Amino acid sequence: MSQPLLELQDLSVHFRVYGGYLRVLDGVNFRVAPQEKVGLVGETGCGKTTTMKTIMRILPQPPGIVRGGKILFKGKEVLRMDTGEVEQMRRREIAMIFQDPTAALNPVFTIGEQLFDAIRYATGKETDHRFLHEVAVRALEEVALPDPARILTNYPIQLSGGMRQRVCIALALACPKELLIADEPGTSLDVTIQDQILRLIHRLAEERKMAVILISHSLGVIRDWTERVWVMYAGTIVEEAETQELFARPLHPYTQALLRCVPKLTGEGIAKGIPGRIPDYFDPPSGCRFHPRCPYRMEVCSREKPRLYGTSSHQVACFLYQEGKR
Amino acid sequence: MSIPLLEVRNLQKFFFTTRGVVKAVQGVSFTLDAGETLGLVGESGSGKSTIAYTVMGIYTPTGGQIFFRGKDISMPHEKRPLALKKELQIVFQDPGSSLNPRRSIGEILALPLSIHGNHRPGTREEQVRELLRMVELPPEYVSKYPRALGGGEKQMVAIARALAVEPSLVVLDEPTSALDVSVQAKIINMLVEIQKERGLGYLFITHDLSLMRNIAHRVAIMYLGQVMEMAPSRVFFEKPLHPYTRMLISSIPVVSEDEEKLKPQKVIPRGEIPSPVNLPSGCVFHPRCVEREERCSREEPQMKEVEPGHWVKCHLTGA
Repeated sequence: MSQPLLELQDLSVHFRVYGGYLRVLDGVNFRVAPQEKVGLVGETGCGKTTTMKTIMRILPQPPGIVRGGKILFKGKEVLRMDTGEVEQMRRREIAMIFQDPTAALNPVFTIGEQLFDAIRYATGKETDHRFLHEVAVRALEEVALPDPARILTNYPIQLSGGMRQRVCIALALACPKELLIADEPGTSLDVTIQDQILRLIHRLAEERKMAVILISHSLGVIRDWTERVWVMYAGTIVEEAETQELFARPLHPYTQALLRCVPKLTGEGIAKGIPGRIPDYFDPPSGCRFHPRCPYRMEVCSREKPRLYGTSSHQVACFLYQEGKR
Repeated sequence: MSIPLLEVRNLQKFFFTTRGVVKAVQGVSFTLDAGETLGLVGESGSGKSTIAYTVMGIYTPTGGQIFFRGKDISMPHEKRPLALKKELQIVFQDPGSSLNPRRSIGEILALPLSIHGNHRPGTREEQVRELLRMVELPPEYVSKYPRALGGGEKQMVAIARALAVEPSLVVLDEPTSALDVSVQAKIINMLVEIQKERGLGYLFITHDLSLMRNIAHRVAIMYLGQVMEMAPSRVFFEKPLHPYTRMLISSIPVVSEDEEKLKPQKVIPRGEIPSPVNLPSGCVFHPRCVEREERCSREEPQMKEVEPGHWVKCHLTGA
């Protein structure tokens, strides 16, 4: 296998709070190959965004504390980079877009001013207005916004939610990048608009040979737009597989339960939900963090944390799949 | 034919703003029976919530009428008798802002009981505990405050509050849109069970079509304040006729091959819902429609019943 573009090894991130620590990320392993489209799926509060913020080095510290593990981007250790190297990485290599385009844009500057700033930042040089204008117009054309010259003079409030998200994509990708982290990019939009945005991200990734990490709580979105999925539960990776494989044969009891909860178009009714609630990070369950809610729990589950079992195309962190069993 | 629980006839709701008249709802008609769930779906800005609020009396209709058990209830909220308000209850999307943060769960649940007075003296505490039991929350929650609860639990409390006075019609305005699927599953199952037990009518508003397929008996799809298609749930999803319905269904992300087969061959969604101030001429959907003809921009189509119970508002669908 080729060298991964991004690799997380055993990443643990805690938060210092009054009276102790919130043990949020607990040994997260994650990998993205160059040009690969990867999905990170999990429910609210499972640590998806914390993981990405740690990669981008935008996790507020304190209260965040990296307790252990490594992040390797093109072989370099992200957590050991100095400020200059981090800047360089954000300018040229990794871009990020967020769930709420309204919050991501500054309401008091025009799209043009914000886009010029982004281009100046990414290219890192003083550039003349004509050059900036040219790059900005091209960036807006790339994201299929009509009449780019007019949009440059608009304020965010004059655009619809879908158009604002397109602007955010233009801001992120005005200059070439190798990896795009898209954190719930269509979640606040209508399905028809979400579909357009995801289609756009997919097209840009293909054209520019760019890797994508798509973060979503929606299994359907992940199934449609990624090649490989990592399933997260309570700060741990519970399963990883090629997308088709995961949806055809989900192995982890959590993945299986989650899939049953998704309402289907075929109308077979909805499962009862998953008993219990997501654990308290203050005092997370020992061993496998899913064990208190798991219908198949065994004695070992509360004692030891399962490692990832399986093959390179499908791995699962569950003792049910230990060698010799199943 | 028996009298429906709720009948909305040619309902209109306009908002007069400095930038023009917003025609949020223009000529919507439907009925809802006891024990039935009618799903109202559509993109944001299609007028779903405006209908809900008008039914509840929060807005006064600009035109048209609303009947509850055959009686006209189109009057403003203040004019509605208390006994009527008891029959119609609503659950909002965001339980974080619909529960008073300064009241305990016990107080929140006791309030409707004391307003509507349908409790026997001395048993209010028991009734509150019974309400908590109904939504499967532990009895000690009586003394907790909303901020101590998770999103799903807060919504359970909001549901318990709506059901406290034993209404016959509940308007559910995106009750699970802000929640994770595993929590949604729990709430939806509970709602379905309670409906079966009590024969409640649900007016269920959501933008989530997959969810609709699983709980609504009939579905109406709205676009710019109009119903474009209305049909029994199964027909709606297996034989969608309106180009807008097909576009919407085809853009739903699904999780299995069986579902993929149900989606109309990929109609690539395009355009956005236009401003309700400047409505397109003719059929309001024509600027986004892939199948539009010349007359679509000229003439407004009529609602046609193509088979019993299946209504479509499109020139291209023959009666």
